[in-house]
Amino acid sequence: MARLVKRRVNARPRRRAGILARQAGRRPGPVDPHRRVFLRLHVNGADHTIAVAPHRTLLEILREDLGLTGTKHGCELGECGTCTVLLDGIPVLSCLALGLECDDRPVVTVEGLADGPTPHPLQEAFTELGAAQCGYCTPGILCAAKALLEADPDPNRDAIREALSGNLCRCTGYIKIFEAVELAAKRRREPRAAPSRETLFGRRD
Amino acid sequence: MMRLPPCGYIAPATLAEATAILRDEGPEAAILAGGTDLLAKMKRRQQRPSTLVGLRRVVGLRGVRGGPRSGLRIGAMTTLAELERHEAVRAHYPGLHQALRSIATPLLRNAGTIGGNLCLDTRCNYYDQSFEWRRAINFCMKCDGDVCWVAPGSDVCLAVASSDAAPVLCAFGARLVLAGPRGERTIEAKDLYRRDGIRFLAKDPAEILAAVLLPPAGRLRSSYSKLRRRGSFDFPVLGVAACLRFDRDVVADARLWLTAVSMAPVQAEEAERALVGRPLTGASIDEAAECAWARAKPVDNTDFTVRWRKEMTRHHVRQALGALTSSVRFA
Ligand SMILES: Cc1cc2nc3c(=O)[nH]c(=O)nc-3n(C[C@H](O)[C@H](O)[C@H](O)COP(=O)(O)OP(=O)(O)OC[C@H]3O[C@@H](n4cnc5c(N)ncnc54)[C@H](O)[C@@H]3O)c2cc1C
Ligand code: SF4
Ligand code: FES
Ligand code: FES
Repeated sequence: MARLVKRRVNARPRRRAGILARQAGRRPGPVDPHRRVFLRLHVNGADHTIAVAPHRTLLEILREDLGLTGTKHGCELGECGTCTVLLDGIPVLSCLALGLECDDRPVVTVEGLADGPTPHPLQEAFTELGAAQCGYCTPGILCAAKALLEADPDPNRDAIREALSGNLCRCTGYIKIFEAVELAAKRRREPRAAPSRETLFGRRD
Repeated sequence: MMRLPPCGYIAPATLAEATAILRDEGPEAAILAGGTDLLAKMKRRQQRPSTLVGLRRVVGLRGVRGGPRSGLRIGAMTTLAELERHEAVRAHYPGLHQALRSIATPLLRNAGTIGGNLCLDTRCNYYDQSFEWRRAINFCMKCDGDVCWVAPGSDVCLAVASSDAAPVLCAFGARLVLAGPRGERTIEAKDLYRRDGIRFLAKDPAEILAAVLLPPAGRLRSSYSKLRRRGSFDFPVLGVAACLRFDRDVVADARLWLTAVSMAPVQAEEAERALVGRPLTGASIDEAAECAWARAKPVDNTDFTVRWRKEMTRHHVRQALGALTSSVRFA
């Protein structure tokens, strides 16, 4: 992958999009559609400088230029949420974000959730409770849920439902997902917390 | 992958620079705010701008200033999520807060802006489709074709105004600051819209919406009620925005606006007159609902049947107005 990035960088002399507008004195013209420009991306803590055409989306760059295929492509029109990543810590849809608009901003994808070999507590809870079935919606849901837990460490069911309302899942029926987010939240306070009776047996008594 | 068509991109740092670029590039250039409407439209080849002029770096376009006493100045690049979380909006402009919360999904509201929402493209069943779909039935007048599939005899496009914030801002009597190559001007929010599904904004393509000015909240009470297919997220098929000013128990001033029933937001003046000068009661609300029902003239180009959408006007007017009084009961 490193080789691929390097080759693209060296392919042609190019300008940096962001800098264009800041040049004092004269008004620069827009980046030519058929020309690639340098883009600096901070993805999951690593810096990448790549050359991209202006019309490439963040989703395409992540998957195709950086080989980070954990982020999925679904509808590609903003309707399903599977392409969700964190941009400046906020969950957004990478299919509707222009790569050049992400110049110099931190991006976190599903690949960046684990801490080395240790999965993120949300990932643990999702596996344990079967909150991922086919798994296609999971990367987006994990990113949206991570942002939720950072803003609200103890969200109630309604807050979880609301935060994930832009992430469609065709398999699970959502209940398992909500329960997994609740369990992960609980484990931040009590690391050894077990799933609730209702989660395990489908009933409270 | 569904790709964007190739296009140029530039991110100017000032409004003056941005408007000059838009003037030089001509109408082929498009303003890019959050991109949640524009980029999806480009992927479906409903729009093919030569250049995107990103407003992200323009200083001073983002954030909310002022307070409920003086009124709010909302920068056009303020995201819908930021606005929804703003304390003054939540507490003093509840109609706007409700409308914001009903727009798209939290993920889209994190990127989508209020400026982009107010300039949102009009919608139609024959237009909001993939390129292949539209080609298969032969394109319509709004894009690439020359006939309207909804009303083949019509020489205007009937695509519907679909912004949820627009009717609310019209009802508030909000004003908009437009920055153009020849300077700034301020207009009434309602004057931004034209009853033409293709040229639906009454502004020059080089003019940038810079800010929204909300009047002091005073004793305004507001609400928004929306009809859509799915509860979680969907464009409005009907939206009713109400904003009333009370003088003790009596309604001193009433504004009622409907969206998604025409190419622009529609003011229901008769319904407003039915409310003014008397307390807000079940009877006055019913009367207003009746007048608004007569005013709503949806055509068959969105989700649900036309008759039912019109029928639901009564219900949503009752809903919106009912929320403004805790004591009103309906038979
Ligand atoms: C799945 C889905 C569901 C949605 N549901 C809703 C909904 O329920 N209700 C609703 O209202 N919207 C909905 N939207 C539309 C959209 O997300 C919002 O309207 C959003 O606020 C658009 O803002 P933006 O910043 O992303 O606009 P952009 O896509 O960047 O721009 C939209 C248009 O406005 C122009 N524009 C943007 N900013 C300015 C400016 N400052 N001055 C002049 N012109 C400007 C652009 O050139 C473009 O034509 C939905 C979108 C999707 C994909
Ligand atoms: S109203 Fe007619 S012209 Fe307008 S988008 Fe629909 S079919 Fe096309
Ligand atoms: S792929 Fe981005 S929302 Fe569906
Ligand atoms: S697990 Fe299959 S779509 Fe959610």
